[in-house]
Amino acid sequence: MPSKYVIHTRQAPDRFKTITKSGVIAWEEGCLKCAVCVKKLCVYEVYDKRGLDPAQMTDSIDNQCMNCYRCVQNCPKELIHKSLNPEFKAMGDSHWTPDIIARLWYQAQTGSIPVSGAGYPGPFTGPGFDSLWTDMSEIVRPTRDGIHGREYISTAIDIGRTPKQLVFSEKGELTSDSPVLLDMPLPIILSVPSFGSLSEKTLKGWAMAAKRLGILLALPYGMIKGELEGYKSSLVPVFSHEDRPVCLGDEIRMVEVIWDKNPKGLIEETRALYPAALISVRLPLTRQADKEIMMLIDEGCSVFHLEAGFHGRSKGNPLLFAKDDIRAVHQSLVNKGIRDEITLLSSGGIAMAEHVAKAIICGVDGVFIDFPALIALECRMCRRCEKGLPCPVKIEAASPGWVAARTVNIFGAWHNQLLEIMGAMGIRECRRLRGEAGRAMFFEEVDREIFGSMDKLEEGFELE
Amino acid sequence: MPEIVPTRSRFKNPIGKYRLGRNKDCISCGKCVEICPYGVHVLRRGKVSVKNHYLCIGDDCPEPCHIACPVKALSVKRNPTFDVLGDYRWPADLLVSTWYMAEFGSVPPRGLEYKLGASGGGFDKLRLLFRKNQTAGINDEDNDIDVGVELNRRNDNAHRVRIEVPFYGGGMSYGSVSISTMLSRMRAATALGTFCCTGEGGYPDEIKPYDDHVITQVATGLFGVREETIQRVKIVEFKYAQGAKPGLGGHLLGDKVTPGVARMREAVVGYPLFSPFPFHSVYSVEDHKKHVDWIKAMNPKALVSVKVSTPTDVDMVAIGSYYAGAHIIHLDGSYGGTGAAPEIAKKNIAMPIEYAVPRVHQFLTREGVRDKITVIASGGIRTPHDLAKVIALGADGICTGTADMVALECVRCHKCESGRGCARGIATTDPELMKLMDIEWGTQRIINMFLAWRKEIIRILKRLGMKSLKELVGRTDCLVHLDYIKDENK
Repeated sequence: MPSKYVIHTRQAPDRFKTITKSGVIAWEEGCLKCAVCVKKLCVYEVYDKRGLDPAQMTDSIDNQCMNCYRCVQNCPKELIHKSLNPEFKAMGDSHWTPDIIARLWYQAQTGSIPVSGAGYPGPFTGPGFDSLWTDMSEIVRPTRDGIHGREYISTAIDIGRTPKQLVFSEKGELTSDSPVLLDMPLPIILSVPSFGSLSEKTLKGWAMAAKRLGILLALPYGMIKGELEGYKSSLVPVFSHEDRPVCLGDEIRMVEVIWDKNPKGLIEETRALYPAALISVRLPLTRQADKEIMMLIDEGCSVFHLEAGFHGRSKGNPLLFAKDDIRAVHQSLVNKGIRDEITLLSSGGIAMAEHVAKAIICGVDGVFIDFPALIALECRMCRRCEKGLPCPVKIEAASPGWVAARTVNIFGAWHNQLLEIMGAMGIRECRRLRGEAGRAMFFEEVDREIFGSMDKLEEGFELE
Repeated sequence: MPEIVPTRSRFKNPIGKYRLGRNKDCISCGKCVEICPYGVHVLRRGKVSVKNHYLCIGDDCPEPCHIACPVKALSVKRNPTFDVLGDYRWPADLLVSTWYMAEFGSVPPRGLEYKLGASGGGFDKLRLLFRKNQTAGINDEDNDIDVGVELNRRNDNAHRVRIEVPFYGGGMSYGSVSISTMLSRMRAATALGTFCCTGEGGYPDEIKPYDDHVITQVATGLFGVREETIQRVKIVEFKYAQGAKPGLGGHLLGDKVTPGVARMREAVVGYPLFSPFPFHSVYSVEDHKKHVDWIKAMNPKALVSVKVSTPTDVDMVAIGSYYAGAHIIHLDGSYGGTGAAPEIAKKNIAMPIEYAVPRVHQFLTREGVRDKITVIASGGIRTPHDLAKVIALGADGICTGTADMVALECVRCHKCESGRGCARGIATTDPELMKLMDIEWGTQRIINMFLAWRKEIIRILKRLGMKSLKELVGRTDCLVHLDYIKDENK
C-alpha cells in the first residue's frame, strides 16, 4: 500500500475583511443606558471586540455576528436590527454565487471542511452538478472511514494511455510500448483562470502549491519565465492553436495543445519537442466530442481535456450542462471499447469539492480547477480586472507564500470532502468512482420516476 | 389531548414580518387598539403604543390601522430583520408561523406562508388535491377523525403500541441538546400520547418518569447503552445512519463534552467523541438480524425500530430490515437535521425523503409485507402539510426534530456545534446558556405547536373526505406535482 496522502494545511488569515451576508444596525438614539446592556451579554462578544476599519469602511461587528438575534430580541427599546448586505448579494453571478464564494474563502483560510449545525438550508436541487445526489451504503455493503484514518481511501488517478495488453517476446522482454502514465495524488490539475489580477507572485504561489500538493499547474506557456522556471516539473505549458510549440526543456511532464482545426502535423511537432511528456489535447465540450476524440486517438493522442463554459455549460448546446455531455461522451467511448485506454479530463465551472466527485461519476478521470484557486485569494468575482480597474483585494500584491498556503488549504479541504463522499459510498479508489453513474441519483430521472404520474388536475378540484 | 396555553416568546421582542411606526402626531385616540383584531396596539394609562409588532399581518389586513388612523400617525413597513432570517428550506415565513403555532396552538391567521418552504422542489412543489366545495364530513367532530398510528403490525409478542398523533420525536442526544430541551420534548410527547427518542447520548435519570414514552437509541458509538436502559423502554431504535450525514459517523466536539455529558457517555471531559460509521458488527442483513435478536433477547416486549438513511437501494434495506424482525423501518431523508455535519454531506449524499418513501412503500407492497411493518419518515418534514404529503406518498407516520427546535425558538443560525453551543440555550450543555430556557415553557411550546399540527391534519383529512389518517397512506392520487401537471390543466 502506498504511503497515505496527507495535505498539511495551516491557518492563512484573510488580508481583507470579508463581505458578510448580513449586517447589524444598532441605533444609539433612544438608548436607555441599561445597567446590563444586551450588547454586554453577546455570547460571541461581538460588541466588545468591535473595531472599525476606516480603509475598508467595514465594521467588524458584521463579520463576527453569528446571527443568534439575542440582542435584536432583547433590547428594551428595540434599537438593534439585522439587515441584508447588498454587497454580499451582488458578489459573483448565478453560477459563482455569493454562498459558494464565502464557503471557498472559509476553506482557503482554514483548510477545514465546512461543518455546521442544523439540516441543509439550500434549494431542493440546482443546475448542473447540483442536480445529482451521491449514494451511500448501509447494512449490506461495507463502507470506509477515510477521514478518521482507519481505512485508506485513495484519491489518486493516472493520466496517460493504458494499453489493453502488454506484449512480451519469448525471452520475456516487453515488445509493445510501455505505458506512459503520470500518477497524480488528486484528481485535480490547477489551471490559471482566464481573468484575475495576477502577478508573477501569484503564479509562483500557485506553482509552489502545485509542487507541495504533488499536482500540476496548467498555464499559457508564455507565463513560464523568471522564478517559475524552477517549477517546470509541476507545470503544464499550454499552446494555443495559433502558437508554434516551443521546447521548454525535458523537465516538463505534460503539455497541452488547444485543438481548433489545427494545422496538420502540430501534434507530431509537439511530440517531437517533448518526446517524454504526455500531450493533452483541449477540445470544447460538446456531445459530439467523442468523434473528434476517436480521430485524435488515431493520431496517437491519449489525454483529452474537454472544456466547458465558465458556468459549467456545454459548448455545443448552452442549455445543457457539462454533466450531460460528459456522460454522453464517456458512454460513447465505453461503447466503442476505448474508454479504459485513454484519459478524459474536464474543466469549466467546477466550484465546489462535490463537483469534482460528480464530474468523475459522470465519466471523467480528473478535472482542471481554475477560479476556485482565484477565489481562495479573496477574489470577489467582481471582474473589475477585466475592465482594467484595480483589484479591490489587491491579489497581485499577495506574497507567494500566502498564495500557496491558501491554495493548499482549499485543496486540503476538498481532499477531505472527496474522502467523505467516497467513504459514504464505500468506494476506496477515486479511479473506481469514474463513470459510476449507477451510484448516483440524477434529479431529472428520479423526480420523473417518483412524481411524473402526479399530474392530474381535474375539473372540480383545487390545490392546497 | 392536553390544553393549549398561550406561551409567549422567551425574548422581549418576538420577530415578525412587519414593523409599525408611530409618529409624534398620535393623539392616543385608541382607534388602532379598537380595530386591530390581533392585539398589535395597546392602550395603557391613556397612552397608545405598539406592543406586538410581530402579530401584525401587514398587507393581508382587511382594515389596516394606518389607513384608519384619523391623524395618519401610523406606518407599516417590512421588518429588515425578517429578511435576514431563514433559508430555502425554512424561510422566515415558516419560522415565524411555527413560532406562532408554538405560542397560540393554531396556525397563523393570515400574512404568513405556513404550508410551504421555498426549496423549489419535493414537498414545496407538491400540492394536496381537494375536491371543491367538499361538504361530506366537513362538520365532523375533530375527535372523530383518527390520526393515531399502530406501531406494532407484526402482531408478535411485543407491546401493542399506538401513538395518538402521527408523529414522534426523533433522536437528539443529551449533549447535542440541553437537558431542558430533552425534557421539554419528552414531557410534550407524554402529554400528546406519543414518544420521543433519546438519541445516542445516554439515558439521563431525569427522563425516567417518562419511560413509557421514551425510545432509546442504539447507535454505532453505543454511548450510554446499557442492558438496563434497553429493558426500561417500549421501543428501541437502531440508528444505522442519519439523513444529514449518511455514511458518515457522528462527532460531538470536545467543547460539548462537559462533565455531565462525559459521565453519561462514560467518556473523558473535553475530548471529542466519534460515533463511527457503520456498526462494525453489521455488514449484512444476517448481521443486522443478530442485532435485532440481541435486543429481543434483552427485552422481548420491545418494539424494534431501524433508522436508516436513503441510498439508491433503500427499498432493499427496508425489506432486509423487515426480514430481520424490525417492527418499524424509519427512513431519514437527506435534508434532515443534525447537531453538526459536513455541509457537503447534508447537500449531496443520499436522496430526499420525498423519493425514498414512495420507493419503499411500493416495494414493500409488491413484496406483500407492507401491512406487517410500520414506515416512519423523517428528514425535512417541517409542517403539517409536509406530513400529509409524506403520508400520501406512503409513510404511516413521521419523526420530527427541527420543528421541535423551532418551537423552542431556534432561528436556524447553524451554530449548534460551535464553541459553547447554541446561543439561544437550546442545543447546548453550557450551564449559563442552558438557563435561558425553562422546562415548563419548552414543554408547552412544543405541545402548542403539535396541537396546531393535529388540528391542521384533521382539517386536511376532512377536506379529503377521510375519517382516518390510515386512509391517506400511499394515496398518491391525492397529490399533484406542479412540474408535471399536464399543460391543458395549467
